[in-house]
Amino acid sequence: MRTGYDVIVIGAGVTGLSTAWWLAREGISVLVLDKGVVGAEASSRNGGGASHYQSPLFAEEQRLWPQMDELLGYPTEFRPERVIMAVTEKQLGHYLYIGEMCNAMGWRVDPLDAQQVRAMVPIAGDNCLGGIHLRFGGHANPQRTVQAYAWALQDHGGRIVQHCPVTAIEAPGGRARAVVTPQGRFECDALVVAAGPQIAGLLAPLGIDVPLAAARAEMIVTEPLPLMQLGGVDGNGLYGRQTLRGNLAFGGGPHEWIDTRAEGPGARPSTPLLRGLARRVAELFPRAAHCRVIRSWAGIVENTPDGRPILDRLDNVVIATMSGVGFGLSPATGHALRDLVVEETCTFTDLSKLALARFDAVAPDWREIKGWIAESSAG
Amino acid sequence: MTQRIHDPHAIDGKITAPDEHFDMVVVGAGPAGLSAALEAARTGQRVLLVDEHPVSALDVGSDVPLWFGGRATAAVQSPARLVEQLVESEPMIAQCFEAGVDVRLGTSAWGLYRNRENCSALPCPMLGLADAERAWTVGFDRLVLATGARDLALAFPGWDQPGVMGALAFHMLVARYDAFSGRRLVVLGSGDLALEAALLAHARGLDVAALVEVRDAPQGDAALVARIVEAGIPVLTGCGVTMATGGADGVEAIIVAPLGDGEARTIACDTIVMAIDSVPAIELAEVAGAVVTTDPSRGGAVVGEGEVLPGIAVIGAATGGTGSFDRMTYRADWLRALIAMSPATTIVCQCEEVTRADLLRVQPPRYLARPERLGCRSLATLLDDGPPDPEQVKRLTRAGMGLCQGRRCREQVSLLLALAADLPPAKAPRGNWRAPVRPVPLGILADWQERADMAQGWDVWFGIPTQWIPYRDIGTEAETRHREALGGNMHL
Repeated sequence: MRTGYDVIVIGAGVTGLSTAWWLAREGISVLVLDKGVVGAEASSRNGGGASHYQSPLFAEEQRLWPQMDELLGYPTEFRPERVIMAVTEKQLGHYLYIGEMCNAMGWRVDPLDAQQVRAMVPIAGDNCLGGIHLRFGGHANPQRTVQAYAWALQDHGGRIVQHCPVTAIEAPGGRARAVVTPQGRFECDALVVAAGPQIAGLLAPLGIDVPLAAARAEMIVTEPLPLMQLGGVDGNGLYGRQTLRGNLAFGGGPHEWIDTRAEGPGARPSTPLLRGLARRVAELFPRAAHCRVIRSWAGIVENTPDGRPILDRLDNVVIATMSGVGFGLSPATGHALRDLVVEETCTFTDLSKLALARFDAVAPDWREIKGWIAESSAG
Repeated sequence: MTQRIHDPHAIDGKITAPDEHFDMVVVGAGPAGLSAALEAARTGQRVLLVDEHPVSALDVGSDVPLWFGGRATAAVQSPARLVEQLVESEPMIAQCFEAGVDVRLGTSAWGLYRNRENCSALPCPMLGLADAERAWTVGFDRLVLATGARDLALAFPGWDQPGVMGALAFHMLVARYDAFSGRRLVVLGSGDLALEAALLAHARGLDVAALVEVRDAPQGDAALVARIVEAGIPVLTGCGVTMATGGADGVEAIIVAPLGDGEARTIACDTIVMAIDSVPAIELAEVAGAVVTTDPSRGGAVVGEGEVLPGIAVIGAATGGTGSFDRMTYRADWLRALIAMSPATTIVCQCEEVTRADLLRVQPPRYLARPERLGCRSLATLLDDGPPDPEQVKRLTRAGMGLCQGRRCREQVSLLLALAADLPPAKAPRGNWRAPVRPVPLGILADWQERADMAQGWDVWFGIPTQWIPYRDIGTEAETRHREALGGNMHL
């Protein structure tokens, strides 16, 4: 096996894979290492949303998504636009405020009255009070998309090694030279650390303190229903979509903070929270309340103290966590991280507010202060 | 010491406590479950015994939990009559009633939850139940999983039509529901399961045209084989199935052919009972975190016997029994024979219409176009990246992701992956179970009485106020304005 690469990416999640694909497609030699298989964690366990207007990467994301099937050569199931429906007055006011905020940023949102929503969403009910129609954003299939990135980067000569956890980073003087794994030592000129909750543990020995807290979040999915004209429909405290197959896949609700282990989570249990999810889906879509739930699952996601990404470069080490909002932005995140690796700065948008240094003054016990700690270790 | 602030959006304490609590809860009113319930009730314990049968006509039509194969009569539309039928056909149910066991038929167990690694959110271990009207949870000091077994399905051309069914479903419809609509059967397999299915059919006056066996000799107990011979039922050894043919009402005939040279023969029948093997029903134990191992003599994926988790025991057929017969190699022999006799376009996953070729070439489902580059991808190229991962293959092909929750395809998908990866059947990679382990309607599963703090603490995502502030507004007066207007629930 070849042991030297221009760039090594730790973490075959959607962020690491997109970055590796961006690098590989311009001929840079890239190796992606993962403790498990590609996209096994949050990257394939999310709602597939791609409407994250708050991000500085959003414009680039919106430019890229419609082209991704063609660029990657594999299907992602991307579909544009989204409707957000309200079933309480509070939700309606909230959604209309968001709509105005997006319009002010130049992202078009049309308010909808209840009748307009019901015309677009046949499974909406009499309890619908209206909503908003995002004429931007959209959704894709996370599971198909992560594999598309993986295959596409392999097609460009990139290499992925699964079941290969990085146990140490060799970085004399702060400059990454190599990583150590059970399958050997691999050298690199630059290192991208996109290992989700495991980022903190990987970088701590280098004296780089990345404040992250991991949590478990849950989703449910139903049997397929006939396709609606727009699959991206949510609201009522839920995120999710109708998949192209017709299933209703939704998540939301309380999360559980957990401890992070270097080797990754040993279990991702789901809980009776699925009943709270089922209730909200039934409220959102009363005409689909007969539809049967066939699975639930949990995923582990990491958050920074302010819930915003860290996209930064320290010497030749690029640090990337999307703080629990990574899937939809991934086409642009890969581009930005490619820029950080190759150009040392992002060429298409400002990322200065996402630098690691903003947490320099964070208290060592910030998790305890916020209550972001596992119940089992709360004492 | 730092004062810990509670995160209002964390799950801690928000899950509703169980609606009921029993000293012992038993899932499954088969012989093992009935005995356990009776024994506990006689020592004065408060015992709840639930059984999902009779299942709704909708579930029968969806092959849940058994592979009913469209051969139930209209009697499954009358639950009250079926309850009577079930009680009549199993005297121990009446004994349980008399002993004070709280017996609830038509009640399915869809989830089992306990605190464990990465979950400390529950007030206590709880079992999720549902009937036709509602869902609820029960707590227990001891839980006994006597969930029995479910049907094993292997694909051949025409298996996806009414009239092809599992041996356990056949037994249930004939012996318990009295609601079987077939008249003339062919039974696949010749182990005890197949022999008993054929003898039951014969005893009930049904016409058993033949048993089909891929191996060279009948596999079951010699005494049972002798009774089959005595009944004049032919056992066609060394034979496989070419296809089932049929019409609007399903199966009309099966074409059986020898594995080596020889003529195929067409046997008229309206029902094909697949009785090659059954599979231990470990769903609840697995979703509760029990360690699953593969034991070929116990029917594949099993969780053990007796107390498999604290306070949770598995008994009866759900343990996989104590035989010495290598059931997985037998299944693999059948599968290889069926593969050899059928085109690669044979459907493997009925719900999602995945063919064997699509599965092994990890092609996306039919609703997607297949770009040229996908033609270069297959299970073989995935194997270059590492050992076969059933979850990955499932996500790419959708095999096993349908309404039947993979009941009709998970064992064969697992075996097909093993054969393709050149792994022995005992090393077959398997997909895991997820709750709800029975399909439950949204409106039934819903918690309509959730705790107030669940509603108050509910957020679409993490409830982090700064997470959704537009980038340009970070650190400006606009950020303050948005946060005041929207509070923590910024996310759409």
